[in-house]
Amino acid sequence: MPDTPAPQPGFPPPPSAPGSPSHLDLPFPDGSGAASAVHAIGGDTLPGGGARRGRDPQAGGGATREHAAEGGHATDGGHRPEGERVAASGSGTHGGHAAADPSATDGGRATAGESGRGGVVERGSDAGPGASGGGTRPDSGPWAGAVGRLTGLGVSQGRAAGPLIRMAAPPRLPAPRPVTDPGAEAATVVKALEAVAEDLGRRATAVRAAGAGAGESSGEAADILEALAMIADDPMLREEAEERARGGLDAAHALDAAFSGHREALAALGGYLAERAADLDDLKHRAVAFALDLPMPGLPAPGHPYVLVAEDLSPADTAGLGPDVLALITERGGPTSHTAILARGRGLPAVVACPGILDVPDGTVVGVDGTTGEVAVGLTEDEAAEVRERDRAEKARLAASSGPGRTADDHPVKLMLNVGSAADLRPGAEGVGLFRTEFLFLDRRQPPSFEEQVAAYAEVFRQAETVVVRTLDAGTDKPLPFLELPEEPNPALGVRGLRVDRLLPDVLDTQLDAIAEAARATGAQAWVMAPMVTTMGEASGFARRARAKGIATVGVMVEVPGAALRARRLLQEVDFLSIGTNDLAQYTFAADRQHPALADLLDPRQPALLELIAMCAEAGREAGKPVGVCGEAAGDPLLAPLLVGLGVTSLSMAPVCVPAVREALAGLTLRECRERARAALA
Amino acid sequence: MAQRTVAVASASGLHARPAKLFVQEAVRLGVPVTVRAGDKAVPAKSMLGVLSLGVVQGTEVTLEADGPGAEEALDALVALLSRDLDAEEALDA
Repeated sequence: MPDTPAPQPGFPPPPSAPGSPSHLDLPFPDGSGAASAVHAIGGDTLPGGGARRGRDPQAGGGATREHAAEGGHATDGGHRPEGERVAASGSGTHGGHAAADPSATDGGRATAGESGRGGVVERGSDAGPGASGGGTRPDSGPWAGAVGRLTGLGVSQGRAAGPLIRMAAPPRLPAPRPVTDPGAEAATVVKALEAVAEDLGRRATAVRAAGAGAGESSGEAADILEALAMIADDPMLREEAEERARGGLDAAHALDAAFSGHREALAALGGYLAERAADLDDLKHRAVAFALDLPMPGLPAPGHPYVLVAEDLSPADTAGLGPDVLALITERGGPTSHTAILARGRGLPAVVACPGILDVPDGTVVGVDGTTGEVAVGLTEDEAAEVRERDRAEKARLAASSGPGRTADDHPVKLMLNVGSAADLRPGAEGVGLFRTEFLFLDRRQPPSFEEQVAAYAEVFRQAETVVVRTLDAGTDKPLPFLELPEEPNPALGVRGLRVDRLLPDVLDTQLDAIAEAARATGAQAWVMAPMVTTMGEASGFARRARAKGIATVGVMVEVPGAALRARRLLQEVDFLSIGTNDLAQYTFAADRQHPALADLLDPRQPALLELIAMCAEAGREAGKPVGVCGEAAGDPLLAPLLVGLGVTSLSMAPVCVPAVREALAGLTLRECRERARAALA
Repeated sequence: MAQRTVAVASASGLHARPAKLFVQEAVRLGVPVTVRAGDKAVPAKSMLGVLSLGVVQGTEVTLEADGPGAEEALDALVALLSRDLDAEEALDA
């Protein structure tokens, strides 16, 4: 197994020194230097005053489809592909679309409120007594003292408690203002851009200083912030904005126009650059806010540890997250949203799709359970301290966990990792259960060469004994620029995964050759599987080609209900199945993975999905072949025992999830897991 | 007019961190440098410009500068582009 350093727990310390200065500078608290000719916008100027991103038509608006493939910018693309990037992009529509439309926002919230809660309550009770092998039940202990309770989807395990602070919303652009002194507007434009660059530069310095010795993620975050600061400092951008101001636009509109021009230009280039377009929106919001003398949108900096609440979080927001953030709660988002992925990467407890959270006043002490999705509102300081104490104890217990996965009665369950490159490998698991090869080539305009692929695969093979390689999983919804796939009206149902092979057979052939060669060169056990397999014909065709290349163990992913229904037959053609629960849920429940109002429909605890998983597992048992789960459900300590009870033989997850899943399984016998599965299917 | 052509060595091309380091260096050097890739040319100190070139690993870019310090500035920037800056990331993290 890899000998890379152990993941940092990443959980910030409790607020032992509440008065200590924040790592983040206050965003222009005094508005010094800002244009003072601004009035309008009344109550909305208060930071966090019920502010939410979606209210601004600009906030998620203008999202191109490239932008919609959230996966890309989800992990600050290009720096290092993080485990879940592609998982985040399962569908063509982005939460931002809905958020961009105020009417959709309200309607969506109402819906999410009703059904979302229903779904999650069911989930909580489903966990049953003794859930999660030692985890605390949400109804016990300090949670009992809460005056109010909200529920969302727990997407990153762990518990935290502290005062809640909502993130300021992006500014709304008022109607253009008649300009009397274009020179003054141009000067304001320059000042705004300088202010944004300085603010981001300060944050970068703070993040770097705070993160010294805290692993690579802080260096990465600082890099992102510095790159953003340099865009705000860009001479071309500044000249264009100045020119527009001299031409008679007020400062805010001049900035808006200059940013929007570059945004469109980047979006038009597609791929990685289109993903950066979202960063430009973020910078624009900051600069426009300065010009309007409004609070800078973005992360609060209260000077003490806090629970960050937002409608949703952008890459720039999350890159700047300092150690003073105790937990994340968002009103929108789903299990595969950017917020969820980031939180898991950092080990921060997180709850998404939590309706009503934006209505809780700033400063209210909340308890967050990132496993169950419970948010206890209005805790006393003592209760909050107890939550933190329990979390500390739980973390200490998990840190001591090691060894292969097994139930209390020694039934083995392989615990494997989902990785996008060798950089994601961590010790402590039993191999790689999902190697997302498309992560290596996200920004390519030219197909990666055979040699380049061999090198990239070999780097992973050398560090893990068993690696399940998934062939390129791309489509128009998560584009790989070099594939040059045509636009589609319905990308989630279009040419994606193995279907790309219909248009570009050479790509798969080269990849299979490269995988086979890398396996030969390293002596690793490379298993290969294809994504989005739907029919027997596809499975047998893929298996034939892979075996002809010398790959011994060939499988398919089960993400389409049609494939799950034919699991028994599929296993006559292939050696193993790997169930992608994120997409399988999307296609089973006809619910877009990214749709903010449909998160409850995607809850993997629903019997229909579990039944499909059970069919696959049963087929595997009959055939004596492995059937694993590599979707988000596999890393959920409440769900993992249930999956094992259904007969799943391996679970593949983000590295940070492994200890809690291991402990959850160790706390239950196989029989108890089966009972749990039976109850869930009833 | 001093001119150099170099293939970009970084794994992520001129995006992300390598782009940041390149633009930072161009700003620090203080000599106006133009970066050309294909038929598009942008100022080296413009982050947006450099990103918009869409340069991937192996792409040849041409650097141009005039006047005092031009040769030294181009040498420094070529040296930077010839290194795989992504591979060095782990070292200074």
